[in-house]
Amino acid sequence: MNANRIVAIARKEFLQVWRDPRSLAIALLMPLMQMFLLGYGASLDLKHIPLCVFDQEGSQHSQALLQRFRASHYFRVVQSVNSYVALGHAIDAGDCRLGVVVPYRFSRELSALGKSSVQAIADATDSNTATLAVAYAQAVVNAFASDVEVRWAGPGRALSSAQSLAVASRVWFNEDLETRNFIIPGLVAMIMALVGALLTSLTLSREWERGTMELLISTPVTGAELMAGKLLPYFTIGLADAAVCVLLAVYWFDVPFRGQLLTLFVTTLLFLMVVLGIGYAISAWIRSQVGASQVALLLTMLPTAMLSGFAFPIDQMPRLIQVITYAVYSRYYVSILKAVFLKGSDLAQMALPIACLLVYAAFIAAVASRLFRKSVD
Amino acid sequence: MLRRIVAILVKEFLQLKRDRTARFRLIAPPIIQLIIFGYAATFEVFGVTAVVLDLDHSQESRELITRFTASRRFDVVRVAANPEAARQAIDRGEAALGLVVRAGFSQLLHKGQSATLQVLVDGTNSNSALIALGYVGQIAANYSQDYAAMASARRGAEAGSLPVQVVLEPRNWYNENLNSRWFFVPGVVASLTLFMVVNLTSFAIVREREVGTLEQIMVTPVRPTEFILGKTVPFFLMGFVEVALVSAVALLWFRVPFRGNPLVLMLGASLFLLSALGLGMLVSTLCRTQQQAFATNFFVLNPLFTLSGFAFPISSMPEPLQWLTLIDPLRYFLIVIRGTFLKGVGVAELWPQLVAMTAIGTALLAFSVLRLRKSLD
Repeated sequence: MNANRIVAIARKEFLQVWRDPRSLAIALLMPLMQMFLLGYGASLDLKHIPLCVFDQEGSQHSQALLQRFRASHYFRVVQSVNSYVALGHAIDAGDCRLGVVVPYRFSRELSALGKSSVQAIADATDSNTATLAVAYAQAVVNAFASDVEVRWAGPGRALSSAQSLAVASRVWFNEDLETRNFIIPGLVAMIMALVGALLTSLTLSREWERGTMELLISTPVTGAELMAGKLLPYFTIGLADAAVCVLLAVYWFDVPFRGQLLTLFVTTLLFLMVVLGIGYAISAWIRSQVGASQVALLLTMLPTAMLSGFAFPIDQMPRLIQVITYAVYSRYYVSILKAVFLKGSDLAQMALPIACLLVYAAFIAAVASRLFRKSVD
Repeated sequence: MLRRIVAILVKEFLQLKRDRTARFRLIAPPIIQLIIFGYAATFEVFGVTAVVLDLDHSQESRELITRFTASRRFDVVRVAANPEAARQAIDRGEAALGLVVRAGFSQLLHKGQSATLQVLVDGTNSNSALIALGYVGQIAANYSQDYAAMASARRGAEAGSLPVQVVLEPRNWYNENLNSRWFFVPGVVASLTLFMVVNLTSFAIVREREVGTLEQIMVTPVRPTEFILGKTVPFFLMGFVEVALVSAVALLWFRVPFRGNPLVLMLGASLFLLSALGLGMLVSTLCRTQQQAFATNFFVLNPLFTLSGFAFPISSMPEPLQWLTLIDPLRYFLIVIRGTFLKGVGVAELWPQLVAMTAIGTALLAFSVLRLRKSLD
């Protein structure tokens, strides 16, 4: 390793980045855009579920029940129909996600038996939304029932013991159950993986394709020096991106940050090493830029989006897929980020994921240097 | 004109044929990814790890806890002896949920008063926490009802003391068992296709420019429209094969039902590919190097993915983001592919989506032809 040669390569690479302002701008704007889009757009808290109502009875009771749906901020009544066919059509066309049908016998049953039923037809294409929508509808209906009971019982009479068991829940770490607080820490990992891949995965294939690799090979620079020099500028950009992400997360989106900055810094350095190393290895392996870009998409962005636990919980995946996630480097960083942000864990508590990242970084460096051979063929 | 287009076509296919890794890269990864991501993408919540603390030691408290042990939704991993142990189990991540029955629970119930089940939740994953709390609520409500029924039976039912009850009868259309895989797998098919086609197309013209062969083509009598047609047709075919291939995997491997008309899906896929090609071409004409094209792809594809409704419901997004989703072709194709797979709807319901994709695709392609004509002059 010769520091002079590393600096020379780094200088050249830096100039190249500098003279391509568009790519540089994208690398620096990426965190801003992703943060804003996902920070605001990624919400699984359902609000304003489009609802279609079918009141077969048209009585005071049925209207009172539907009024409760109108008043709830979970639902937005978009249509009021008067046949099953129309209701079916509204759901088929995707105009509404839930249809509530109040049957003919509703108030008769309610006054005679104190018991009646309402039908809820859910578009279960999106099973998650359907489950939550039905649960919210159930809550609206329950509130209506106890309201009726209070009115009938009159003041002073004891209520029946229908609600004999109450649930008092206390939520830890993410007290308001904000999707944002759960998504954003993981998003930092997603952005770093993206930027790392887009910066480095073409860096060697570009030289091959343009024919400048022959020139590089004829210089005394060694493989390790080339790697260090090439990655140095991108390392700086990656760190800048990480800083932007964390500042936005904490000051703009008010995601709680309960850990130490040092923990975050150390783990981010490690993760950057892995990410940039993978991009470099891809670039050393595949000499055409199209090919390298395809592989980078496949190996970096998509697994980070799907398998890192960033949005989809790993413990809900089938066993075999869970095993595969251990090979996805972002998995470790995502778990670290969530712990540092929300739980305030320190370095010692996260020794295991940190060790995994370390091993990964060493492994990738070894692979990258093996894949790059200083020969023309 | 036709001859010139065919000439370009032949050249493109030859180039593809000579790229040895390309054939593998284009076929195997989408299938592998679909299988892995198909299993990974789920918001279902099963086996929530729970720690139980029973300070009442009564028949009632045991009965209540048995209902949790028996449920597939919960997995009671520990029985704590004191509050500190329960707290630690959640802190260390051994359990995501704590169920606490305080002393005096059964006495309150005997007196006909409302007793409380205390629930501690790790809210790090807000979505899972929300759904888990929903299940806790269901179990508690069932317990309440059963207890009330039992109590009033013991007292000898006076008619008036029965609670007013309105039952919500949910009916889940299209996905009766609320299988979230049925929702996500068609979405993964669409997203994979978009990523691959846009990336390949966007490299198409930039590569010629970067390597310097664009000048050679410019001196031939080929016109910009012909050039773009010749460039896009191979990717269109490839995209089509890809949709067919991964759809087959979705049907045969994941057993997602296909209830619609395959021709409608094919029509939708063609229009979607039109937008994808248009987008790729536009990126291609706007960029000078493949590095730029690659960076731009990341910059454009990520928002398309986030805003498409793939995972996060559009109706829950803030209004300005909802407007942005209107120019996202993936949004429309997701509705078409989920509609044809699960709902079995046809052109009568899907025409707005088809029209929107046609408009977006035509606009993008027209714009890129204009851009190319300008840059060729």
